[in-house]
Amino acid sequence: MNVKILGALGALALLSACSSDEASNAAATGAGGSGGVVGAAGSVRPGSQEDLVANVGDRVFFETDSSQVQGEGRGTLQRQAGWLNRYPQVQVYVEGHADERGTREYNLALGQRRANSARDLLVAGGVSSQRIQTISYGKDRPAALGSDESAWAQNRRAVTTVR
Amino acid sequence: MMTTDRRGLILGGAALLTVPATARAQTAAQGTAQGAVIDITRARTDPIPIAVPALAGGGRGADIARVIQANLRNSGLFRPVDNAAFIQSAEAAAATPRFQDWRVIGANALVTGRVVDQGGQLRVEFRLWDVLPEQQIQGTAFTAPAAQWRRIAHLISDVIYERLLGEKGYFDTRIVYVAESGPRDRRTRRLAIMDQDGENNRFLTDGSFQVLSPRFHPNAQQIVYMSYFQNQPRVYLFDLSSGRSEVLGSFPGMTLSPRFSPDGRTVVLSYAQGGDANIYAVDLGSRAQRQLTSGGGLDVSPCYSPDGSQIVFNSDRGGDQQLYIMSAGGGGARRISFGRGRYATPVWSPRGDLIAFTRISGGQFGIGVMRPDGSGERILSEGWGMEGPTFAPNGRVLAFYRETRARDSRGGGYSARLAQIDIAGFNERQIVTPTDATDPSWSPLLA
Repeated sequence: MNVKILGALGALALLSACSSDEASNAAATGAGGSGGVVGAAGSVRPGSQEDLVANVGDRVFFETDSSQVQGEGRGTLQRQAGWLNRYPQVQVYVEGHADERGTREYNLALGQRRANSARDLLVAGGVSSQRIQTISYGKDRPAALGSDESAWAQNRRAVTTVR
Repeated sequence: MMTTDRRGLILGGAALLTVPATARAQTAAQGTAQGAVIDITRARTDPIPIAVPALAGGGRGADIARVIQANLRNSGLFRPVDNAAFIQSAEAAAATPRFQDWRVIGANALVTGRVVDQGGQLRVEFRLWDVLPEQQIQGTAFTAPAAQWRRIAHLISDVIYERLLGEKGYFDTRIVYVAESGPRDRRTRRLAIMDQDGENNRFLTDGSFQVLSPRFHPNAQQIVYMSYFQNQPRVYLFDLSSGRSEVLGSFPGMTLSPRFSPDGRTVVLSYAQGGDANIYAVDLGSRAQRQLTSGGGLDVSPCYSPDGSQIVFNSDRGGDQQLYIMSAGGGGARRISFGRGRYATPVWSPRGDLIAFTRISGGQFGIGVMRPDGSGERILSEGWGMEGPTFAPNGRVLAFYRETRARDSRGGGYSARLAQIDIAGFNERQIVTPTDATDPSWSPLLA
């Protein structure tokens, strides 16, 4: 995954680092949200991962054992498709993930199926499938490190990352 | 009747050298054991009390006896008598056992022996005695480079196990697994290999790419595994003597959950296609790929029956994860798991009589066994997290990994460790590893 930290703004750099690593709950919350206006306009390079996270939302979430993207997630992927159509040079990974309450190998396949679901909605939104590569990490790269329902809900996800 | 056979000893590891060493075993089996023999088919028996004094001759004699004692004790089927209780000296016993001295301290079986250092080569003679009828059950001499004294101890342990229990042992074996370190969102995962007792641990990959699901080839010299090398999740073959890996097959997407066929000529794996995952067989000679399942679900974790005629696998084609058996050529899949919960990671016992699995039910994970027709299900161990059973080559012991629950939002308290358990459901114990450990695969007997 490409980790890019741009600009001199400390707060922004911190947010970028977290979301790129998917290392913290803060990143998951921020990314899953509505993507508020970034205060320092112009400090985020348009078409970058930071732009995607801050202004679009980089991830969608799934129910247990499901790979169907639900309402809110559909909206996020629609915005992602619009964003990708705006920046046609951008190539992305769609990463599928699962929570820790399944077996490793099955979860790898489930993560792949989730990544495919998200990819299909991006393609339906007009993005060329050539620009999208899917990959699954199963339960092996959690975003939230706890062992409770809220962590599992954050970990059942598909994350779009700029290649 | 004396027989001699030559056995190549293969050592892997960081340098991955093939050690051009041989152990010569001269074996004289004398009659059949009587008093100490038990029926292993009984679900649970009292462990056999056995005395294993230091082998005579100094040097590695005490170390070899200590490893034999640990092996036998760890099996749960033997109870080594405390050395402090011994009456006759080890040196004297090696010359002529005074059986009443061993009988009186409660030993049913006695191991004696001698170590001779022949300039870097160890010659280790050992005898196994049935204490009650005062008979020698077995006399064997092994020769091997001194550095491989542990293997000699394991080979002797296997002879003792087989002579007293009537079936093959599993001590001269290794376990390949995934060594894990670092926080869970940025985990380092390396292939690692060790003796079955946790000794001689070595890392086979450097951690610069993720690895999962290693499995031994039936000749124990190759490993098939999944790797994220260059961010491409694929199945690879790893050669233990050269240390080289090569990608297996020409699949354009993710391949996972590989396993060798019992004859070692085929790898069966799962290939993620669209929203499904299907099972394929890859011929290792021609590299021809053959699709065995199609459509309708995630088919993963295939494993051949020991005769190679069938494959058990995990599929959610019926809605949730269950176990299915099909013919090795594909087709005729029938569901075999019907208990409460989801079933996963099936592995067929080398004896053919059982399939071990992971069950997820009521928020708990469990390791269990069932007959290939789905009957006789027994859960052997249950807890917050555990999965990935693998059979010892004699089908009597399972290794798997156990996870503990994180107690805070930073993942504190999480751990993953290897465990082993008797298929009768007793004697669960941890296999000690230097780091967290997952995905064990037990080798066949090395000799």
